[in-house]
Amino acid sequence: MSETPAARAAAVTPPSVARKIRGLSDRAIAWIFVGPTIFLLLAINIFPLMWTIRLSFTDFKANRNREVEWIGLRNYQRILTDSDIWLNMQATAHFLFWTIFFQVVIGFTLAYLINKKFKGNDLWTTIIVLPMMLSPAVVGNFWKFLYQPQIGLFNYVIGFFTGKDPSSFEMLGQVNLAPWSIVIVDTWMWTPFVMLICLAGLRSIPDYIYEAAEVDRASKLRQFFTITVPMVLPFLMLAVLFRGIENFKMFDLVVQLTGGGPGSTTELTSINLKREAFEKWRTGYASAYAIILFVTVFGLASIYVKALNKVKER
Amino acid sequence: MKTIKLASVSALSIAAASLASTAQAEDLTLCWAAWDPANALVELSKEFESQSGHNMSFEFIPWPNFADRMLNELNSGGKLCDLLIGDSQWIGGGAENGHYVKLNEFFDKEGISMSDFADATVYAYSTWPKGTPNYYALPAMGDANGWFYRKDWFGRDDIKAAFKAETGRDLAEPKSQKELLEIAQFFQEREIDGKTVYGASIFTERGSEGITMGVTSALYPWGFKYENTPGSYDMEGAVNSPEAVEALEFYKEFYETATPPGYTNSYMGESLDAFKSGQVAMAMNWFAFFPGLYADPNTGGEKIDFFVNPPQNQAGSTLGGQGISVVAYSDKQDAALEYIKWFADPDVQAKWWSLGGYSAHNSVLNDPGFVDSAPFAGDFLEAMGSVQDFWQEPVYAELLLAMQKRLHDYVVADQGTAQEALDKLVADWTEVFEDEGKL
Repeated sequence: MSETPAARAAAVTPPSVARKIRGLSDRAIAWIFVGPTIFLLLAINIFPLMWTIRLSFTDFKANRNREVEWIGLRNYQRILTDSDIWLNMQATAHFLFWTIFFQVVIGFTLAYLINKKFKGNDLWTTIIVLPMMLSPAVVGNFWKFLYQPQIGLFNYVIGFFTGKDPSSFEMLGQVNLAPWSIVIVDTWMWTPFVMLICLAGLRSIPDYIYEAAEVDRASKLRQFFTITVPMVLPFLMLAVLFRGIENFKMFDLVVQLTGGGPGSTTELTSINLKREAFEKWRTGYASAYAIILFVTVFGLASIYVKALNKVKER
Repeated sequence: MKTIKLASVSALSIAAASLASTAQAEDLTLCWAAWDPANALVELSKEFESQSGHNMSFEFIPWPNFADRMLNELNSGGKLCDLLIGDSQWIGGGAENGHYVKLNEFFDKEGISMSDFADATVYAYSTWPKGTPNYYALPAMGDANGWFYRKDWFGRDDIKAAFKAETGRDLAEPKSQKELLEIAQFFQEREIDGKTVYGASIFTERGSEGITMGVTSALYPWGFKYENTPGSYDMEGAVNSPEAVEALEFYKEFYETATPPGYTNSYMGESLDAFKSGQVAMAMNWFAFFPGLYADPNTGGEKIDFFVNPPQNQAGSTLGGQGISVVAYSDKQDAALEYIKWFADPDVQAKWWSLGGYSAHNSVLNDPGFVDSAPFAGDFLEAMGSVQDFWQEPVYAELLLAMQKRLHDYVVADQGTAQEALDKLVADWTEVFEDEGKL
């Protein structure tokens, strides 16, 4: 007689417990298993979210001992009509768009190249993924040195190829360059992540599809656009989703590099939100700000996931 | 024989006293910023440990995170610190939010008189509401923003001659803000010993308080006022006065024409680095660093000298420094108060100054030998006579961050005009005070 997992579990269950369980329905047993998780979810996610929504309608400041006043939609109205916050949103959108664009283009290209069999393939893969293994704080710090106008390697290299004086431009200090400086560092760090996802996609395409295309005398370019791209697209879209969510809340890297400056040029919404919540201690205001960001991300992510599902269904 | 008896009695008394105190010995934690004076305080506190039997631990936080870390600690009612040497601007919040123990009763009981300390420091570090006899801290570390320069470069004949030829006057410590800029511009990108050097390193940091501390060093000499009438929160025409606009434009010009490339986010550390690496002729920084700078083997000693922030329309220096407070959430308040009592002693204050701390005690400052006790002592006294501080309101952080943003936007990011920056600052501050119900 073969021993099933259920039979083994029954054998080791003490009789007193077995008697109690025997009387429970399947639904009750399911609740016993799911209950702790639901409780944790409610305690750690849902309750704080509800509490934040409540606080967003008040003038509460966590560092002050004073009566909290209900001020309705005033916080929301202030945030949505504040031109400085819209500038932060623009800085975030610029950062999001260009980092994702470069990471997808370079990541996919690298994955395509790495997917070809050549000598040293594994070594190159390891070298390419190194940046994403580093801590953002470390990356921010050493790129700060690389960008240093007088001693930085980055400025030196640019100067070497363009003939410009390396100390004549400041990647982190000039309004027109600072937003690009953070895009470059994030792209350097996270392109390998996109590459790995694309590589997984490329390796999931069965060889026989290409062989069939070869038989049909499809050109390499045709094979690329009709087989490779459509079959990797769901993976690429997933990578975009991950990077989009990650970069929307980007904080550490940018704080290390520019601190949001020069002026407020690279002050992303996450940095601004942190300042409002934990430096100015405008808790109610910051709660409203967080809710607006949450709704924005949640809304955009939902639309995107629907699109992703449609692509998968094709 | 008499001497032996006396020695025996003394030894017994000390032993008894130490046994008694050991019985109630506490582990006290003192929190402060991580910088040169903090090391001096560790040294000084050894005497307290041996006298009281209490054990002292220290929690020193790097300056850029000091306010964040400590204010979070206070706001959460944390028990990490029994004693806190907090920034002067925190006094309002410390008092109104109940973070600091009010010390009046203790001072009266122990005979500690605030008139024994320099008036400016008592006003700035101890009182809330400002200027009232309600004390929440003992002045611990007097400080102001000052300047230091390469005395060896200023003394070289070739440089002196070049300066005279360029400006028509002798190269010497500046007597006004405009002279300061002129000297800095003279040194900007000048070749000295085969190396390109720059004018001066100034504060431009965005994240905490850097650029505000730097710009106010120009604003105060131009006659900047926070309010038209003290206590009225009436800022229109004061904060954005023509003098303030001129001072802000001056600072921007200084930043653009007389600082090393890449100094877009620099504060204390960057200023010290620039000077010690021989990159700049002059630098602004807090007096607290001056003992360490003077002792530096490469750029200190005969190569360095110091001057007070130059006047323009009037004398004015940005106040630094801190008072020492007992944290209201501490379970060891009695022992913490013992430390304050010990620290207020004139002999301890004299030793504090000798170790590199800036005592605010009159017995130290008025000592006839004080001015000659260090090359920067006279400048320190002069600076403390004309210091001005930032808002010390409980909402100081909101006020400070608004100023950081407006100043950095204008000075470093080159956005808008000085008038617009200060007008926006008035609007920001007005909103903050309206939220507080003060306007």
